Amino acid sequence: MDHLDALESQSVYILREAFNKLDPLGLLWSLGKDSNVMVWLCRKAFFGRVPFPALFCDTGKKFPEMYAFRDRYAREWGLDLMQEPCPPVEEMDPTLPPAARSSARKTYALKSLVQRLGLKAVIAGIRRDEDATRAKERYFSPRGENAEWDVREQPPELWDQFKTDFAPGTHIRVHPLLHWTEVDVWRYIRREEIPVVDLYFAKGGKRYRSLGDQDITNPMASVAATLDEIIAELEATRAPERAGRAMDHEAEDSFERLRVAGYM
Amino acid sequence: MPEPIAPLRIALAGHVDHGKSTLVGRLVHDTGSLPDGKLEAIRASSAKRGMPFEWAFLLDAFQAERDQGITIDTTQVWLKTAKRAYTLVDAPGHKEFLRNMVTGAAAAEGALLVVDAKEGVREQSRRHGYLLSLLGLTQVVVAVNKMDLVGYDQARFTEVAHAIGAYLDSLGVAPKAVIPVSGREGDNVASRSAAMPWYRGPTLVEAIDGFQPPPPAVDQPLRFPIQDVYKFDERRIIAGRIESGRLEVGDTLVFSPGGRRARVAAIEAWPEDRRPSEAEAGRSIGITLDDQIFVERGQIGHLEDAGPVETNSLRARLVWLGRQPLVRGKRYKLKLATAEHQVEVQTIERVIDTADLASRSADAVLAGEIAEVVLRARSTLAVDDARLLPRTGRFVLVDGYDVAGGGTISLDGHARARRDSIRSTNVKRVEGQVSLAERWQANGHRSGILWFTGLSGAGKSTLAVELEHHLFRKGWHVAVLDGDNIRHGLSADLGFSPEDRAENIRRVGEVAALFARAGLIVITAFISPYREDRDRVRRIAPDLFHEIHVAADLATCEQRDPKGLYRKARAGKIQEFTGISAPYEPPEAPELVVDTAAHRLEACLAQLSAYVEAHLGAPGGR
Repeated sequence: MDHLDALESQSVYILREAFNKLDPLGLLWSLGKDSNVMVWLCRKAFFGRVPFPALFCDTGKKFPEMYAFRDRYAREWGLDLMQEPCPPVEEMDPTLPPAARSSARKTYALKSLVQRLGLKAVIAGIRRDEDATRAKERYFSPRGENAEWDVREQPPELWDQFKTDFAPGTHIRVHPLLHWTEVDVWRYIRREEIPVVDLYFAKGGKRYRSLGDQDITNPMASVAATLDEIIAELEATRAPERAGRAMDHEAEDSFERLRVAGYM
Repeated sequence: MPEPIAPLRIALAGHVDHGKSTLVGRLVHDTGSLPDGKLEAIRASSAKRGMPFEWAFLLDAFQAERDQGITIDTTQVWLKTAKRAYTLVDAPGHKEFLRNMVTGAAAAEGALLVVDAKEGVREQSRRHGYLLSLLGLTQVVVAVNKMDLVGYDQARFTEVAHAIGAYLDSLGVAPKAVIPVSGREGDNVASRSAAMPWYRGPTLVEAIDGFQPPPPAVDQPLRFPIQDVYKFDERRIIAGRIESGRLEVGDTLVFSPGGRRARVAAIEAWPEDRRPSEAEAGRSIGITLDDQIFVERGQIGHLEDAGPVETNSLRARLVWLGRQPLVRGKRYKLKLATAEHQVEVQTIERVIDTADLASRSADAVLAGEIAEVVLRARSTLAVDDARLLPRTGRFVLVDGYDVAGGGTISLDGHARARRDSIRSTNVKRVEGQVSLAERWQANGHRSGILWFTGLSGAGKSTLAVELEHHLFRKGWHVAVLDGDNIRHGLSADLGFSPEDRAENIRRVGEVAALFARAGLIVITAFISPYREDRDRVRRIAPDLFHEIHVAADLATCEQRDPKGLYRKARAGKIQEFTGISAPYEPPEAPELVVDTAAHRLEACLAQLSAYVEAHLGAPGGR
């Protein structure tokens, strides 16, 4: 078994635990590389199927290439796609910086999806190496009635025994990709030939390393136009992955505030 | 391009303020693993606070530096040496964060224990050292840190190294190296220290580079705990992860507990053209079986003759992390691999003081304490000894909604383990030429086991002896198996621990079954307080077993107190006395209840005699 096999098996184990213990369940599908890997892992875990709905929070501001990707692969992969439009930015917490306010819309759409479908838990493709607050996460992370995250009271999680008993009203986030790194994700995409949006590949000296809304996501300078080149680039870089995501960097605590309030 | 090798996970441990964060900062920097711009940022943060350059800001100040997009966090740091990549898991040194320490260290493959050269070995140094051994982390390197503060003194190093070495040795942990270092100055971290020419051992980097990745569990016995059973289409797929060993298409799997067996028809996969013919430890797989036997989540698939031990009583060493203390007599949910069982804390054998490894008895275990306990389940568990097969030999306990402790199982001297060693030799049941029906014909009555159960003082022995006399006078073949007699011979090697009590009952059951198959009516008189133990005897000889509840309420029994045992138990002179300090589980559906509180001896005897007459009287029918 090589490193990618080990990552895959661990994620499949977590997905199967979630499917056994948490019902009903939903999978966040943001159209990004990580959530496509997640769909792929679900099909590995459940022998070709994704046996729960794929949730898409539509900000209305994604790149056109992303909407085209959604339409094509929701069909090809047989996803039970559940979409929710995000409320206008004017309804968000006015004390948040602008890009964080814009991102907070997704949290609201997710909360209404969870409520509408009566979901007990949501699977999200976050990873520890993305961000300092995500690094502190658990595989099974309980949230309060309003999806809030209590970072001081995280459950112990040892020997793959996850927290699967909850007080009524608790909502759970499941993070099967937590132990992957960015370059692991790309190596897996290469090995498994998983489709991704074209925007990740360099054109005219720039590429997107992380995909969000058009107005708050910036491309990076890069000539990596193939999977091999992206992997080589990531092995050499020391720049952080989410450098191009404006809401992470507006203020010291803006991303942490988003996450504590229920952002992914 | 070669596939990457998994980074080795190293947990940091040690007392608060012994310089773990500084050492990590130094380690990351001196191996060239620091992200761009980080060094300048630490210098600026240090200057702003009027401090000399402070390595600890690498870990401790990351919140304030998020604006600069630094991806280092308090719990994990990524590190690369010339040899390989590492994930350093920072374990908080403060006692109240022990939960997080255990969470981090449980996933590690090696550990770095940091001890302050000036302060020496302290409370959390020892507790963390103990926990590392409990968690099965035997690859340990000790850094005796802050050598600069003791003038790089060899004598002081030797003193501290000896103290921690002796402590770890008493836990059976042999550190790979004990290294004098200065995190602040970088001595013996990545490069050899000029200040300590007397030290000739490895640097910290050389020492961790000497760690070995855990040996694959492929060559161990197969353990395939069932995680789920899927019926998405016409296939019935048994899903799970191989925790140890390997399996192949065509292998016959036995599922424990239960013992049902079937052959592996296929290893399913998606995409379907990638179906393998074998799979090994670590793989999450799905299989189909050639026979549609009933199996379910929690059962462990294994190969014949190399299965887990089946038991309902467990001895374990655990660390408690719950908000509420672990209490004797309380019920918890035990989760082991994919199985869940309700267990009761039967005894707290000892609470271990990690300071001096002394132990004391206690009725409760507090958060942060380590204890040896005996747990008893109503159902049968399939388990392994954690030292042999850690993944099926460890468990967590859930209190209410919370994971509140983790433990490892010891099967030392376990009754079931002893029985297994016998079972592994080639034993076959010998079929005689005389059938049981012929024996019954010859004797003029049927045979069976009349299993008397009830509180001490309920009248079991009295009734057993009276009934035996009564039946013998009628010319019947009858014998009484009595507790004391068995204890003098057959079970002379057993004590009164819960496991030994269970084993004693098992032996009595086996002997009773042999007698009954030889045509005798066997009357047994044992308290046998646990339903599971009695049910196990029933399973030995289901057609011959009659469970008879000799019932009297506790007050009546205590008033009778024929052997003065209740008085002693009340005075605390007898531990684990049924009805007083240990539970009695009354039968749920006994064949007969004899109420000795409400009826006189003669009436009870008449009731028993009528029952035996009706059920064992005519050799032809029951």
